[in-house]
Amino acid sequence: MLEIKNLHASINGKEILKGINLVINDGEVHAVMGTNGAGKSTLSNVIVGNPAYEVTEGEIIFNGKNLLEMKPEERAQEGIFLSFQQPVEIPGVSMTNFMRAALNAKRKHQGLEPLPAGDFLKLMREKRKIVELDSKLANRSVNEGFSGGEKKRNEIFQMAMLEPTFSILDETDSGLDVDALRIVAEGFNKLRTPQTSAMVITHYQRLLDYLKPDIVHVLIDGRIIKTGGPELAMEIEEKGFEQFIVTR
Amino acid sequence: MDSEKQYIELYEQTREMLCQHSAEPLNILRGQAFEDFRRLGFPTQKVERYKYTDVSEAFAPNYGLNLSRLDIPVNPYEVFKCDVPNLSTSLYFMVNDQFYDKILPTAALPDGVFVGSLCEAAKKHPELINKYYGTLARTHKDAINALNTMLCQDGLFVYVPKGVVVERPVQVVNVLRSDVDLMVNRRVLVILEDGAIIKLLFCDHAIDDRDFLTTQVAEVYVGENAHLEMYDLEETHVKNHRFSNLYCDQQRYSTAVLDSITLHNGLTRNRADVTLSGEYAETTLNGLVIADKQQRVDNNTLIDHRVPHCQSNELYKYVLDDQTVCAFAGRVLVRKDAQQTISQETNANLVGSKEARIYTQPMLEIYADDVKCSHGSTVGQLGDQAMFYMRQRGIPYDEARMLLKFAFAADVLQTIQLDALRDRLHYLVDKRFRGELSKCEGCKMCK
Repeated sequence: MLEIKNLHASINGKEILKGINLVINDGEVHAVMGTNGAGKSTLSNVIVGNPAYEVTEGEIIFNGKNLLEMKPEERAQEGIFLSFQQPVEIPGVSMTNFMRAALNAKRKHQGLEPLPAGDFLKLMREKRKIVELDSKLANRSVNEGFSGGEKKRNEIFQMAMLEPTFSILDETDSGLDVDALRIVAEGFNKLRTPQTSAMVITHYQRLLDYLKPDIVHVLIDGRIIKTGGPELAMEIEEKGFEQFIVTR
Repeated sequence: MDSEKQYIELYEQTREMLCQHSAEPLNILRGQAFEDFRRLGFPTQKVERYKYTDVSEAFAPNYGLNLSRLDIPVNPYEVFKCDVPNLSTSLYFMVNDQFYDKILPTAALPDGVFVGSLCEAAKKHPELINKYYGTLARTHKDAINALNTMLCQDGLFVYVPKGVVVERPVQVVNVLRSDVDLMVNRRVLVILEDGAIIKLLFCDHAIDDRDFLTTQVAEVYVGENAHLEMYDLEETHVKNHRFSNLYCDQQRYSTAVLDSITLHNGLTRNRADVTLSGEYAETTLNGLVIADKQQRVDNNTLIDHRVPHCQSNELYKYVLDDQTVCAFAGRVLVRKDAQQTISQETNANLVGSKEARIYTQPMLEIYADDVKCSHGSTVGQLGDQAMFYMRQRGIPYDEARMLLKFAFAADVLQTIQLDALRDRLHYLVDKRFRGELSKCEGCKMCK
């Protein structure tokens, strides 16, 4: 599904990613763990095409297509979704209008007609249930006045609406209490299929207990320095990242 | 004094004709207005309230005037096929400065309510017009008032007697129509007696590809406990030059909502002066400007709190692009006796290009000591983070920009209390942002 080759990227002239290599196959969930400032969020931002980041070398192939040549909206329409670490508030744009614009853009890209208003609202109602999102929130402006937990649930709700094939969860567990974490994680699990893959960025084991990743990567100083099974996450939880830094 | 010369000569040469085709209450003030205009001349940009608009330049070209009141062949009902669902208004037309009375709305207005030609009203009820005409829009300090008062021959008169409620909104479409470059001097007089209620919607359009220069002076009296909503929508073209002076006086317990919306224009200078003369009066003064290319919009406002316990809310928002240069200057004056005043003034601007400019000047002057007032202004661009967030969800760049601009403008539209009009304006603003409203193609309120 996704293949990253020798990826180098920088922000404001400072190199953050220093040669990432990663292959994610259909149906797999990969966890990326690492210290603060290691480049985890940079990696996710580069995959979705945030214009603030500059790719200086390497390539990303998504289902056979060169991702780096696409605009952010094209990548999204191709099926890439980022659950933001800090979802953005957009006063004045209602969740409904926002989702309708997003969903219809994707449908247009797939050669489909816009979804009729009735069907769309029905879909909104169905998908809201997955993350137990209050109908009142859906009527408000995008993320405006949402609590931290509501914002993260809203991200998974949007994921449910857009049905991406590849999702990135960027510290979706940060700022969540135990119950909210469970709702978000279970919501995500409901959306998993053998055809969808995900990359989960986190500092903690807690989220991974729910998501059960197939593969765990350790990202330090812009490079993936170790890859393993779920047991690697446990090891990090116990011993921290220091062991990896020392070995370099 | 070059630009002034042609108007001074014009008046001297056509005084007889001006008066002959108008009415006595209008004619009485002409002489003094002429003296005032000759003394004042057009304001230079050193005059505080005109510092953002070069008036002389706008008035320099040689425009034709229709002083002999020739009928201009046009049937506005044919030009504007009006079939707006849900926006059922009593629809009237002004062609340039003339009230179009050949066809009138079939639904009658409540007894005693008058919507029609100012000149005709002045002939029939000179005592009423004499009492109000020219008392708010004084000529001794403002050259546009003076010029308009000395040259205007007709306009619109709206009168709602004591306690009468006009349920159906009254819509007046101002059509600029001419085969030559034309100057129009239009006058508006609105009187709401105590307890009267009316909603007024003005739409400015220009249907000919000609240069137009319009002066409009509107005097609005809102009596005790009366309620006025007045929406002024400009949707003309780049060759229109509009100078509009609005004066509103509010008595005790009255409320007024005054909205000015500039969707498309050439050069627009709107002045709005609201005087809170009676206690517990409340005013809402709002504006929305969408401007691009070389359009210019200059809104200049004054809210004068003269007595205690009044409230004013002012919100002006601008969405600017390309090379447009716009201005907002709003002064809120809280006089010594105006204790317990509550006042809020906000100007927010979204500047979408490097070349676009906004001059913003919120002003608050307080001479009382027990008030709650605020004023402020912001200038900014569309947020990068919000843009990226939307694009990550698959919303294309242009669409995302448009949604954000629309969101920015939306809270001005939100203050419109007329549901159907609010929906209609949402639609028009949306079209405007999509670039589908690049010129006036007739009444978009109606098509």
